[in-house]
Amino acid sequence: MALNSGLGLRRPSAIPGFGLALGFTLTYLGLIVLIPLGALVLKGASLGVSGFWHVVTEPRTLAALRLSFVTALIAASVNAVLGVVIAWVLVRYQFPGRRLLDAIVDLPFALPTAVAGIALTALYAPNGWIGSWLDPLGIKVAYTPLGIVIALIFIGLPFVVRTVQPVLEEFDKELEEASATLGATRRQTVFRVMMPTLAPAILTGFALALARAVGEYGSVIFIAGNLPFVSEIAPLLIIIKLEEFSYPAAAAIGTAMLLISFGILLFVHLVQAWQRRRFQS
Amino acid sequence: MTDAAIAPLLGPAPKATNVTTESFGVRVGLIVLAIGFLFLFLLLPLASVFVEAFRSGLGAYFDALTEPDAIAAIKLTLLVAAIAVPANIVFGLTASWAIAKFEFKGKSILNTLIDLPFSVSPVISGLIYVLLFGAMGYLGPYLQSENIQIIFALPGIVLATIFVTFPFVARELVPLMQEQGTVDEEAALSLGASGWQTFFRVTLPNIRWALLYGVVLCNARAMGDFGAVSVVSGHIRGKTNTMPLHVEILYNEYNFAAAFAVASLLALLALVTLAIKVGLEWRYSDQIAAARRH
Repeated sequence: MALNSGLGLRRPSAIPGFGLALGFTLTYLGLIVLIPLGALVLKGASLGVSGFWHVVTEPRTLAALRLSFVTALIAASVNAVLGVVIAWVLVRYQFPGRRLLDAIVDLPFALPTAVAGIALTALYAPNGWIGSWLDPLGIKVAYTPLGIVIALIFIGLPFVVRTVQPVLEEFDKELEEASATLGATRRQTVFRVMMPTLAPAILTGFALALARAVGEYGSVIFIAGNLPFVSEIAPLLIIIKLEEFSYPAAAAIGTAMLLISFGILLFVHLVQAWQRRRFQS
Repeated sequence: MTDAAIAPLLGPAPKATNVTTESFGVRVGLIVLAIGFLFLFLLLPLASVFVEAFRSGLGAYFDALTEPDAIAAIKLTLLVAAIAVPANIVFGLTASWAIAKFEFKGKSILNTLIDLPFSVSPVISGLIYVLLFGAMGYLGPYLQSENIQIIFALPGIVLATIFVTFPFVARELVPLMQEQGTVDEEAALSLGASGWQTFFRVTLPNIRWALLYGVVLCNARAMGDFGAVSVVSGHIRGKTNTMPLHVEILYNEYNFAAAFAVASLLALLALVTLAIKVGLEWRYSDQIAAARRH
């Protein structure tokens, strides 16, 4: 502790326990998170640049990465639109059952993914409650990429709702009144006055849902069908590589996925920084 | 004077259109859309878990839950949560103490790193430990010579669970403790309390509801994780199968009624979690408000 303050790394304080608290925090973080993640990158890098590139651009790997990303993108887009509608309805309108609906939005956070996976599969299988309606129409959901999208919509749903909701709650109604006074129609007020304010929250929620969906495993594998090149997601391919004991290949695919998630995370941070700047000025 | 105060003096408001809401038709349409979507995507799957679980009758339901492999899975799940959750509580408390009560360089990086596990795929969360401790991992040969098994055994499952639930407690506590500042602690210290006394008698009571909130969410994820645990567990029936993995095995054996019976226990856990969470949000919203980011 004396060492830390001596180096000027922290501002002096009367509160004790800095050395112990920070020391434990960094040790735990290092052992649980940083060293293991480092091992992943190290193993992936052990293939060398060309080896890494070879694994990641193998047709089957590429197909799996593309499938994971595209289905996640579609699901996150659906979540962005419906998430705004749900947040809007929950914040702006009064109707019976509103609080119950508000509570149930978090179900995908609380329900184990494997349970969600088998429940969705049972619903959308050709003999399921929903599947038996869609089957005569020629729409197959379970065991196709469409099923993956359904599962990803389920697990990503709360993100947009929960990021947009607080912003909408704090939205200044006087802005809407001013807009109406100046002759804007309600539609103009919503889309040209309110949406620009909500946009960073919507983008953040969209990106969080996307990041979660790209790596999702439990809710997807039951409904996906898991056919190589058709409905095999990237996380499943990692498990297959592990079962074949090709650790470097598994690590390479894992590293590629990690890069995708960090790219999305960086995007969220930039959006939030941009939002802060906008509100400070 | 507020609108509410002058409203009675003016009599019933003229039937002017309210400019800050939508037309009746649009409102009803949006409400129906939201309810319909949530019903179709959330309530129907939840309901189907319980319907499928009881499809073969009550007897089969309880048989599925009391069968030895199911009991072993339930016990393992409880044991794993009983180790992983307290570990992350200790971490959450120390991390938030360091971040909220002190100013030091690199704080925002530390804050970002704590959230890192949330952006890692569950499968990768398991994979990293296999790469370290697996038979062909970096420490594999050493562990084998010492006869220590981590992967395909309890330690691996616990490690993977700690990883996926890593940020839950800390991310609830850090913003709240930052908001509360150091005034209370400084007062206690100046009155002669020791550091530990200050922590247990001043800080802990200030953050107890946020702590409970984080613990409940952490626990739900710890008991329900599938992807990370499935990579490190090895799926040994009655030994290294947690409840979600037991559900998977039963399901893949086409033993649907039993799979859904075990799944219904996990769904029940989710409902209890939601109930506690909502209860805390309603009752103590001011004491966990800082954490309401999701």
